[in-house]
Amino acid sequence: MDWNFIIFSVVKVAIVIGAVQTFAAYAVLAERKISAWIQDRVGPNRVAPPFVKYIPVLGPLLTRWGIFQPLADGLKFILKEDFTPANVRKAYFWLAPAISIIPATIVIAVIPFGSYLGRQKMVIADLNVGILYTFGIVSLGVYGIVLAGYAANSKYPFLGGIRSSAQMISYEISMGMSVIPVFLIASTLNLSQVVNWQAQHGWLVIYAPLSFLIFLIAGFAETNRLPFDLPEAETELVGGYHTEYSSMKFALFFLAEYSNMVAASGMMVTLFFGGWSLPFWGLDQPAHGIGIGIAQIIVFIVKMAVLMTLFIWVRWMFPRFRYDQLMDLGWRRMVPLALANILITAVVLWAVA
Amino acid sequence: MAIIVNRKPLTFWEKLYLPAIVGGLKVTARHLVRSLFGGKTVTMEYPEQKWSVPEGYRGAPYLVKDQEGRTKCVSCQLCEFVCPPKAIKIYPPGPSGQIADRPNAEKMPEDFQINFLRCIYCGLCQEVCPEEAIFLLKDYSITGLTRQELVYDKEKLLALGGTHAGIQKWKHKLEEAEEQESFPVKV
Repeated sequence: MDWNFIIFSVVKVAIVIGAVQTFAAYAVLAERKISAWIQDRVGPNRVAPPFVKYIPVLGPLLTRWGIFQPLADGLKFILKEDFTPANVRKAYFWLAPAISIIPATIVIAVIPFGSYLGRQKMVIADLNVGILYTFGIVSLGVYGIVLAGYAANSKYPFLGGIRSSAQMISYEISMGMSVIPVFLIASTLNLSQVVNWQAQHGWLVIYAPLSFLIFLIAGFAETNRLPFDLPEAETELVGGYHTEYSSMKFALFFLAEYSNMVAASGMMVTLFFGGWSLPFWGLDQPAHGIGIGIAQIIVFIVKMAVLMTLFIWVRWMFPRFRYDQLMDLGWRRMVPLALANILITAVVLWAVA
Repeated sequence: MAIIVNRKPLTFWEKLYLPAIVGGLKVTARHLVRSLFGGKTVTMEYPEQKWSVPEGYRGAPYLVKDQEGRTKCVSCQLCEFVCPPKAIKIYPPGPSGQIADRPNAEKMPEDFQINFLRCIYCGLCQEVCPEEAIFLLKDYSITGLTRQELVYDKEKLLALGGTHAGIQKWKHKLEEAEEQESFPVKV
């Protein structure tokens, strides 16, 4: 345990958390803008600090794109009254947002977002059990939601919490099983090595498309995104588990949802789309120079942004699944499919060997 | 009697929902591209683009001038009496006050105030006015930063109302009088 390691780890943690939160904030903006465009609207196009309008062409353009909207949203959340309703179970009520945001943030730790920058590995924790850690942590996220639903002591959050727990057990299993073929093919659990394998052999989405499909669907369910947003279900449950929350506590739930989205996209990029690697321009090797290292980080971010756009895009074309349909899809369709997928991959690998 | 709708059983391909999903994604993508690059949005960006109100819209009541730019209001106070929220307040000139700036009128108001915080845009003032001096025009966005700012006085109301050459009551009366060769109407 040398000082070098500690200092570099702290710096990486600070930068990654900052980047993820910023990314989440701008994902909210992207969500609003893309939703607006899909619905033939304009989207946020007003907010700007006062000096921006004096910048000749760029200022109005940035305002029109709503670039400053997340800042305004954040400021609004901080300045709002942090109201605790009288009938809530106070301790749990205060604990729930924290339990919700912590897993969403620490999941990022094992995702390799670049190869090397100088001599530093661009991953916070290069665990040999990377994927197990991820699944362990991701499942914790649901406790925040269930606890919020329980603590609010009110029927809509309670229903949201119940739905969330049911949804989580339905999809966790198929999600876990969907990635087993990936590790069968790459024959390692370490995410950095999975990416290295993909850099050499090509993206895993080509080898295991069914895995990707199941992982994608389960990812939507895990992050409570629209076809599976039963815990929130604005139209039925007011706001679901965060009905009773306001101000920064609500913002934490919101941030957790989008951080989960970032994490899920990052995970998908790592497992199926070759992480930081691109098959051309010499980006398929672990970097030696700073330039290539930064380029690979940018590649990773761009891939992630594309997947997040998919998340947002899909939101506007699915109706919400009914509770029983969701269970049906999870248990009776996806679990057998994932099992068959494992079996087929194993047999093919055995036959090839 | 209940009508049973026979649903066609779905084929395996349809049961996968994949064609439907791809179709849906295509529709949303088309809309996205259209509004992002074509600029074809349905949003009216309000302060810059304004709604053109239809004929007969009951906007803010303003005082109007006649075709020659003279005050039409004769300070009869009927609108003040009829006004349900008591938004209108008229200060008559009194016996020694200003005389009217047009013939056929004994007096004109010294001041005429409409409180737009109270006004409910009902249009009763316009209906009751015997001189057709007050009209609900098309202004619909009356805003101000203080309460005092939203009490419009006579000058402001006349300026906003402008000249209204629609119904020229006294001109027609004059024409009738000339035809009948009797002149109770002043020129």
